[in-house]
This record gives sequence, C-alpha cells and structure tokens, in this order.
Amino acid sequence: MLATGILLFPGINRERDMAIAVEQSFGRAPRVIWHKETDLSGLDLIIIPGGFSFGDYLRCGAMAAQSPVMQAVKTHAARGGYVLGVCNGFQILTESGLLPGALLRNAGLRFLSMDTTLSVERNDTIFTSHYQKGQVFRAPMAHGDGNYTADPATLDRLEGEGLVAFRYADENRNGSARAIAGIYSPNHRILGLMPHPEDLVDPLMGGTDGKPLFDSLAAA
Amino acid sequence: MKPSGAERADIMVNAVLAKSFGLNAEEYAKVLTIMGRTPSFTELGIFSVMWSEHCSYKSSRVWLKTLPTKAPWVIHGPGENAGVIDIGENLAAIFKMESHNHPSFIEPYQGAATGVGGILRDVFTMGARPIANLNALRFGDPKLPVTKRVVDGVVRGIGGYGNCVGVPTVGGEVNFHPAYNGNPLVNAMTVGIAAQDKIFLSAAAGIGNPVVYVGSKTGRDGIHGATMASTEFDANTAEKRPTVQVGDPFTEKLLIEACLELMQTDAIVAIQDMGAAGLTSSSVEMAGKGGVGIELNLDNVPQRETGMSAYEMMLSESQERMLLVLKPERSEMARAIIEKWDLDYAIIGKITNTGRIVITHKGVVEADIELAPLSDEAPLYHRPYTSAAKPAPLGETQDPVGFEAALLKLMACPDIASRRWIFDQYDSTVGGQTIKRPAQADAAIVRLEGTNRALAITTDCTPRYCAADAEAGGAQAVAEAWRNITATGALPLAVTDNMNFGNPEKPEIMGQFVDAIKGMAAACTALAFPVVSGNVSLYNETEGKGILPTPAIGAVGVIEDASRATGLAIAPGQQLILIGDTKGALGQSLWLREILGREDGAPPEVNLLNERENGDFVREHILNGTVHACHDLSDGGLAVALVEMALAGGTGLTLHPAPAHIPAHAYWFGEDQARYVLAVSNPTAILTAAHAAGIQARHIGHAGGNNLTLTGANPISLTTLRDAHEGFFPNWFA
Repeated sequence: MLATGILLFPGINRERDMAIAVEQSFGRAPRVIWHKETDLSGLDLIIIPGGFSFGDYLRCGAMAAQSPVMQAVKTHAARGGYVLGVCNGFQILTESGLLPGALLRNAGLRFLSMDTTLSVERNDTIFTSHYQKGQVFRAPMAHGDGNYTADPATLDRLEGEGLVAFRYADENRNGSARAIAGIYSPNHRILGLMPHPEDLVDPLMGGTDGKPLFDSLAAA
Repeated sequence: MKPSGAERADIMVNAVLAKSFGLNAEEYAKVLTIMGRTPSFTELGIFSVMWSEHCSYKSSRVWLKTLPTKAPWVIHGPGENAGVIDIGENLAAIFKMESHNHPSFIEPYQGAATGVGGILRDVFTMGARPIANLNALRFGDPKLPVTKRVVDGVVRGIGGYGNCVGVPTVGGEVNFHPAYNGNPLVNAMTVGIAAQDKIFLSAAAGIGNPVVYVGSKTGRDGIHGATMASTEFDANTAEKRPTVQVGDPFTEKLLIEACLELMQTDAIVAIQDMGAAGLTSSSVEMAGKGGVGIELNLDNVPQRETGMSAYEMMLSESQERMLLVLKPERSEMARAIIEKWDLDYAIIGKITNTGRIVITHKGVVEADIELAPLSDEAPLYHRPYTSAAKPAPLGETQDPVGFEAALLKLMACPDIASRRWIFDQYDSTVGGQTIKRPAQADAAIVRLEGTNRALAITTDCTPRYCAADAEAGGAQAVAEAWRNITATGALPLAVTDNMNFGNPEKPEIMGQFVDAIKGMAAACTALAFPVVSGNVSLYNETEGKGILPTPAIGAVGVIEDASRATGLAIAPGQQLILIGDTKGALGQSLWLREILGREDGAPPEVNLLNERENGDFVREHILNGTVHACHDLSDGGLAVALVEMALAGGTGLTLHPAPAHIPAHAYWFGEDQARYVLAVSNPTAILTAAHAAGIQARHIGHAGGNNLTLTGANPISLTTLRDAHEGFFPNWFA
C-alpha cells in the first residue's frame, strides 16, 4: 500500500473530501502535511487537494508553489515519487513546473460547478488501472480557473507521448485546449486534473464514478 | 459624516449631531440621563450603534417575543449568536439566517460576499464547523438593467466568498418583483455542526481574564454600517458606498480553522464575532451578558490604516475579526495556534468587575459607560400598527390561453424558471457530504460526516402572499418550509427567521410585521417547529416605497437514515399520487399574474391541521420505502410540480384529465397548500393507506415516454418543456 500524504496549504478546502476517498479505498487514513514541513521521507504518494491556497489572489497556485513543502515535493518527484494534484492541486503543479502548461480563467469567466464527464485516455498508469481505456465517467467540477492552456508544441507533445490523462467527454465548458482535463508527467507518476473524482466515491452522493481512481492507487 | 481623530475635537456633541447618528431627541435625552454629562464623540457613537434598529431590535422586540421558541430538542433559542438544536448522536445543528440587504444594493458583490462571511462567523463562533450555506434572494423587475447588474454581482459575491471558504452552497430561493427594484434582499443562512458538549457562548467571565482580538486588521471600512442598515434609501444612496465592507474569504477560512482548532483546547471562556457595529457590539454584548465590566486599550488593536481614532476603531465593521475572552494561563498556547494560521492575535484588554466599558486610546479615556443601562434602557417601541383589510376572494376566472401555453409560460417565467445558471456558480459538493444538490429535492440534504444521518435544509417565503395578507403569508412561509423538509423524508425541527420589511414607523408597515409574526407563530406552534434564531431588517424602502413584506424562513430537519432521503426525479413506470385537497386556489397565484396580468385576490388558505396530517402521512410513507420521489406543490401548482419532477427524472408523463368540479386551469395551476405529488409503484396501496388515515389522495397519472400527455391536449415534448424552463437566466445573461 502506498504511504500517502495530503498537503495542507492555508486556504485548501477539499482535504477532507480527499482523505475520505483515500481512506475508503486504502483502508488507512493519509498523513496530513502542513505547508511548512519539508520532510516527506517515507511517503510514496503526495496528494495536493483542491481549494484556494493563500486565497489565490495572485494566479491560482502561484503562492503555494513557493511554499517550503513544494521544494520537498520536487525532490520527491525527482526520485520517482507519485504525485496527484486535483483542481487547485493541478494549478499548484503547473505553477511549480512539475507539469507543463497553465490553467486560465474559464472561457465564460464564471465559476463552474456541475458534474462533467471525463474520458480515460489510457488505463496502464498507476492512477487508472481500475478504469477501462476509453471509459467515460462522471466527476464533479468546481473551479473558476480550469481552462488548460499550453503552446501548440507542448500540446502536440502531450498527445504524441501519451501524456493526456483525461479529456472532457461531452462538453468542454471551461474552454480547455483540446478538451484536456488532466495530464501526466513523462514518467506517468505525476497526475494533475481539474475535476474532483474524490467527491463521487459514495452511492449516496450520486455515484461511485471517481472510486476506481483511488482503487487503482490502492492496488499499486 | 466620517470625522477623523483630528477633526473630532472641533465637533460639538449635541442633539443635532446625535440626530445625524440616528438617535432621536428622546433617545439622546436618555443618553444624557444615563451618562450624567454630555457624552464624548466616541460614547455617542457607541450609543448610536447599540441603539440602532439593527442592534437593538427596538421596533420588533415586543413582537419577536411572541414567537414559540421552545421544544425538547432546542438547546439554545434566540439570544445567542445562532440557534442550537439537538440532532441526535450527541451532535448539535447551529444555524441562523441574516440579511445583508442594504449593502447589497449599494455594492452587490461585496454586500453579498460579506453577508455570507458574517453569517458563517455567527455559526462557527459557537463551535460549529459550517457544513452548508443557503441564500434567499429577492430582486427587482428583470426588465431593468439595474436588476441584471445586482443579480450578477450578488451571485458572484455569494460564489466568490462561499466557494473560497469551502462551505457548500446547497440551496436557497430567488424571487423577482418590482417592489424590490431599489431594495433587493440578500438573506444568507449557514448551518454548522458541533458536539453538544463543545458549544461556545458569548458571556464574558473571570475578572482579570485577557480580552483577545483575533483575525484581520481593523480599517475604516463599514463605519456606521449598522446605522445605514436602519435607514431608508434615497437618491444619495451611492454616497454610502464607503460604509460597505470588503470581504476576504481566505482570511475567513483561516479564521474558521484557527477557531475550531483553538476550540479543541480549554482556552476559551467566551467568544463572539465582530459583526454589525464591530468592536462595540462584541465587547458590550460579551461583558453585558456576563454581568462584568470590560477595559479596552485601543493602542493594541491591529490596525491596517494609520491615524485611526477611537471612534473609528470602535465603529469599524472590518470583516473577519473575532473577540475572545481567554483563560490567562492558556493565552500563549492560544497565540501559537492563531499565529500558526497567519492571523493577528492581540491582547487588547481585560475583564473587570466594574460593570462598565472603559476605552482608552493614546493614554486618554475615550469612553466610560455603565453597561447595564446601555442594554436595559435601550429604546423599546410599541409602534402603532394597522392591519390591512383582508383581500376579497378572487372570484371566477376564465382561461384565455389554454393548458399548453400557460404551462410553457409559467415554466419559463422568472419566478419559476430553472435556477441552474445561479447554482452552477456555487460549489455545492465541497465537503463530500452533499446527498441532494440544488434542484434535486425540495430541501438540500447534507450528511453528517461519519454518521448515517443527514440534515434537510431549506429557505422559503412567498412575498406576494404576504403582501395580500401578511398573517396568511407568514403562516404559509413556515408551512412551506416544513413541507419542503417533509418532502425529503426528514423530520422538520426548527426555524430561523429573517424578517424583511419597510419602515416600521408607518403603521401599515408595522401592521404587516405584526400580522406576519402572528401567522408565523400559529404555524410554528401547530407544526412543532420553534424559532431558534433570526434577524430583522427594517427600513427596506427606497424613496418612500416599501418592499413586499418578506418574512424569509430558513429551516432544518433531520433524517436518521440518509439513504432514505427522497428527491424529485421520477422514473418511467412510476405512478403519480396527489396528496391533499385541491380547490383550485388562483388568488395571488403565478398563473393569475403571468397569464391575466393580475395580482389580486386572497392567497391560498393555510390549514395547519391539514398541513400536519398530510405531511406526517407523506413522511411516514417515504420512510417506509414506498415512495420513490416526492415534490411539494407551491408556485405554479400541480402542473408545474409535475413538470419539475419529469425534467428531474428525464421522463415524460401521462396525466388524467382534471376532475369535472374544478375549472381545468384552476386544477392544474391553483396553489392550494398542504399538497404533495408522490411517485410510487403501487397506487392502490397508498390510496388505501390514505383513505384509512383520512388523507385526501388521488391517482393522477404515471411517468413514461418523452412527452407530457394530457387527454384532450396536444402532447408537449420534454425537450420543449426543458427549453422553456432552462432558458430564462442563460438568455438574460447571454
């Protein structure tokens, strides 16, 4: 079982949702790591949850990317550690340079909160082994800045090298380039995505479409 | 209007100045008697805000006392920062609704945002983690450009604040009427959860205990906001923009986490947020409730501007601030927790045994007031009131357009059209406990993390009924809230009220207030649904014209088995049962307004006995598993409710014709109360059970196909209905 930590920056607000989803699949609660900590030794998977780190009054994720713990995350990533960033976590990963591109304001300039559908581009990564390739699943989204953008060469490279993790399947509401909802690092050990699979892991909340992602990680 | 410290010495404190602060001659005379001398400028400021309508409830208090507030499950009723009820498993729900009407017209984004921030603080100051926000909103005529600007700003403000603090916005209501053109209503409600043995109150205690300031720094924003909220608007309202506060949801999020972490220790003796009238009301109320005195040294108040006077600091309504009384031996531990969250922590005074509030600034005593008379002798008015004559019944109406045209027009009208455009801008899922999101059920359903229980939460009021008959309207608002909770299967427990009215100095407005209270009290009593918290917003007038009387009701219920919570969505094959008596009440209905252009007649009768019996029957059958979907009947009546259920489930309907004894349009669009539509598998069983219980019930059709099919009318496709229903807001903001 992957030893897992969830980063907590001031202003993060989906850490509880994430911890519940992780604990449900892993059978064990993740460790919560305060943003001023710098020792991530012993951890296999670092999760950066959603929210508004430091209020996101600058570019989303820009302040958090400068936090002491993100230096440690870079070291963790450099030695092949796993990282999952969701929503604000994805923004923090792009601001840190751990993933390419940027998340701009949604195309319609409004916050978007509704279920969206994602297609699984590949199921041979540690994050997606419990999905089928090409499977379409639901996930809630809740963001003001989820419009994924990168230069055409980067987009071509992401597509060419199989680094697109998920695309918006039905409607690309936030205007993301090539409908990209989530991407991997070249070694497929870092995943960033905008929607929230962690908020759809319980039939009572409307479904379990997000659970395979956590089951995939639990099986790793 | 905003003297700085330097100007202050030149200003003579007298009756004229007192009047400009909102104190009338009689009230100022009382100040002189209490003080035994001319008050200082700062003292006058303190009296004026504490005795403002907003803080003193001087026009409403005598009537609010007539509301039922007790039940075995009520832990703290009105008088605390929020109401507290027992919801089982040693948990308490802590909730309140509060208005931010005046600021939201002047500056919609910040007015609404700080409204959300303020009500959150009222709840977490008592030890609760906020788990849900709702908003009851009333706007002016959608044809006016100003309405569009206000709607856009208010929605963005609610989202901007609520999304950032990470509390899901799960429900609410929106109405439009020209009476709100110059005076929209923004009523924000927060529900939080605490352990019953970890509830924090505001009464200060412990002579010598430190008084601690936590949160954002103090600036000059919002000075005299409480006084502004106690006056009418005029053409110069825009000049009041500096009295609107600016919100910082990030700091609020830190404050929530810091306070809840501190509350896990035993450091806190008393705690209160700095809301309206900021440092003044928090310090006066905490010391007053505790029967102690308080000394503040303003030199130690964290300030974000230079040269602030004592007056400015005492009256500032800067947001995201709390006042705490701590155990002295715990104050350094508390400092460490607060500073971990990057918030200001300052010891600004101490509790004394003098019974006085003494404020010093730069070595000068700026205020020294005996606390008891400041609260005990606060003005209390038995305002004269006249009740409006009861409206004449509507009489017969003719249907000029037919079923299809009326239905499509109603589904698309601003008061019924889908609110998706609004709630799609609110994060409704953060926290991972939202079982029924906006528009999925009659009340929002939020699970209590780690349990099988959930809360059902709603806000309701039908202002056009209240305008026609405030007593019936007050009762109807309570009954509809109770019904909405019942329709999910939850047991309704308690109410928070947000009383929005015009100028109480006008007897006809005061009459509306009094009558609404009478109706609410009767309904709360009949439904065992006590009022545990609330807020009064008066002087909602612009250039002498009042709003529709709007006693908004927020309500909370509990469902022990969250998996039983029932929504609107029906599925093909399900049979539809109408519960309750249909007389075809079209007085004050939306059909009458939208189709005939009339706003007259008497609102539908509220029969509280029927409400109780019908509701208890419905809840019982939801909980025993025989009901697949349920919807209460309200605006637009039976036809609108059925289409909402069909759209939620994505299935068509086949309906039996209207019975012969009622005109068809009155049957389909009448707004008779105490009614529900149930979707069941076995219609005979539920009809038999209803008959045995003495409940009126009728099999009205079934779900299936892609059309609404009614004998004798053209089929209407679900797509046509959906387009009509979903169009209004997106087209307006396209």
